[in-house]
Amino acid sequence: MDRMSSVELARQARCHALQMVARARASHVGGALSMADLLGVLYTDILRFRPDDPAWPERDRFLLSKGHSCTSLYATLALRGCFPVAELETYGADGSRLMSHISHKVPGVEFSTGSLGHALPFGLGMALAARRRGLSHRVFVLVSDGELDEGSNWEALLLAPQHRLDNLVVLVDYNKIQSLGSVAEVAELGPLVEKLRAFRWAVRELDGHNHDEIRAALDTLPWERGRPNCLVAHTVKGKGVEFMENRLEWHYRSPDATQLAAALAGLGGAP
Amino acid sequence: MRTAFIRELIAQAREHPDIFLVVGDLGYSVVEPFAQEFPDRFLNAGVAEQNMTGVAAGLASEGYHVFTYSIANFPTLRCLEQIRNDICYHGVPVTVVSVGAGLSYGNLGYSHHAVQDLGILRTFGELTIHSPADPGEARESVRWLTRNPGPSYLRLGKAGEPDLYPAQPLGPRPNVVHPGTADVAIAATGSVLKCALEAAAFLRCDGLDPAVLSCPWLQPLGTEFAAVFQAYRRVLTVEEHVASGGLGSLMKELLPRSVAVESLTIPLPVTRMVGSQSFLRREAGLDGPAIAAALKRLAT
Repeated sequence: MDRMSSVELARQARCHALQMVARARASHVGGALSMADLLGVLYTDILRFRPDDPAWPERDRFLLSKGHSCTSLYATLALRGCFPVAELETYGADGSRLMSHISHKVPGVEFSTGSLGHALPFGLGMALAARRRGLSHRVFVLVSDGELDEGSNWEALLLAPQHRLDNLVVLVDYNKIQSLGSVAEVAELGPLVEKLRAFRWAVRELDGHNHDEIRAALDTLPWERGRPNCLVAHTVKGKGVEFMENRLEWHYRSPDATQLAAALAGLGGAP
Repeated sequence: MRTAFIRELIAQAREHPDIFLVVGDLGYSVVEPFAQEFPDRFLNAGVAEQNMTGVAAGLASEGYHVFTYSIANFPTLRCLEQIRNDICYHGVPVTVVSVGAGLSYGNLGYSHHAVQDLGILRTFGELTIHSPADPGEARESVRWLTRNPGPSYLRLGKAGEPDLYPAQPLGPRPNVVHPGTADVAIAATGSVLKCALEAAAFLRCDGLDPAVLSCPWLQPLGTEFAAVFQAYRRVLTVEEHVASGGLGSLMKELLPRSVAVESLTIPLPVTRMVGSQSFLRREAGLDGPAIAAALKRLAT
């Protein structure tokens, strides 16, 4: 069976994410859409993993630090065969394991988050464990821009280069909008690339919706021997749904039936 | 106590290749022998306790039994959410070790008075909590924890505490240090057990012979713990901790009403004072004479 392309995986994940938040009347679809292309490339061409064996010791570890954006990751994992796609319908329902912040009870999910600034330190520990044991798997941590306000992230950003953890990869979903306003209005992160380089990271900056660029960058890890890697991916909050793009309100709102239909139509139709 | 801890941890690390020590840039003249013998299983995470605890949880998720080590409230309250979410919720084997229990660092002021930790950490039901009274109990605690890796908290005193009684293996029960002949008992946790023993010695001169029990194991506890205390009519608890959530509080939760429990704890004003541990114990009414006086009142 031909494997789905990264573009089609991201497209379908977006459709599912929209349906999930609409069904559950849940929030955070904007950030789920902004990172969908990063997930699409990671889960087709980059991550070494076995959908039927989530605990395979040699797998690359992927941690979602912005746990509120879990819908597109749940959808990506289901579409890649970690659990049945039909289960996505239970998202946010009473008793479902698909809780509204990412949960390690779900096959393929390494770590539960929801409180921000937790996954990077945890991932650093995983990367250090691999290094100390001479193992070759990598650790990927996807963070939001808003959560870089958290001091714990900067504690980890300071320590990882000290131990030359070039098996650690941070991806920043840099969509420029956080909870109560734009990043520029709340606590300007820029110049982010320069900050990270000053912290001794190997940094690449690209369009977080361009699959070829993302694939080319992540295909050549590590970028500099002995330096942890950070991909600053410029993204658009709400990407793929015109009326959601760059709109703060879609951090909170859930589409009604008419909006959902329009959004799915704009994405080329529900899978 | 910290010397007994590190020596036992080193001994256990020789047998258990998964033991890992992460320190928060503290432990000068204590942790170096571990770092020298097991450089691949040692990390100084720097002055950054949230990251230290998250890193420890990540290491633990990969199969290590990680001990985090710092002092006072730094490895506990500073990184409470990492203990809650990263360690307890994920059920990974991290033992949080804090040196400087209670008023051990009394001279260093309020920031270093570790007197709310038990009440706060006891609300995390996943944590095994040990609070040894002397080097022997600290050794036994490390032995138990390394054989049963899981989310846990080890509350250590400082340095130079004397051994108070012959060590015995730890379990979810108090250790009877002095059996006594009266139907009243003193139960203590941590190094203040020494003051409880002094009080019992004073009281014996006055013809009252209370039992003295040490409570190094504070969580999880069940019927076995309560059963030991049912031999007594009244129990006086002694701890270097505020009243909320400490030993006295848990005894009142666990023991049947037939056993009267009174507690000596640290009054809030004393946490605002500065001085040596013995000075602050006296101010708090936790020294030998004060404990003896309290027990006399309780027994009559």
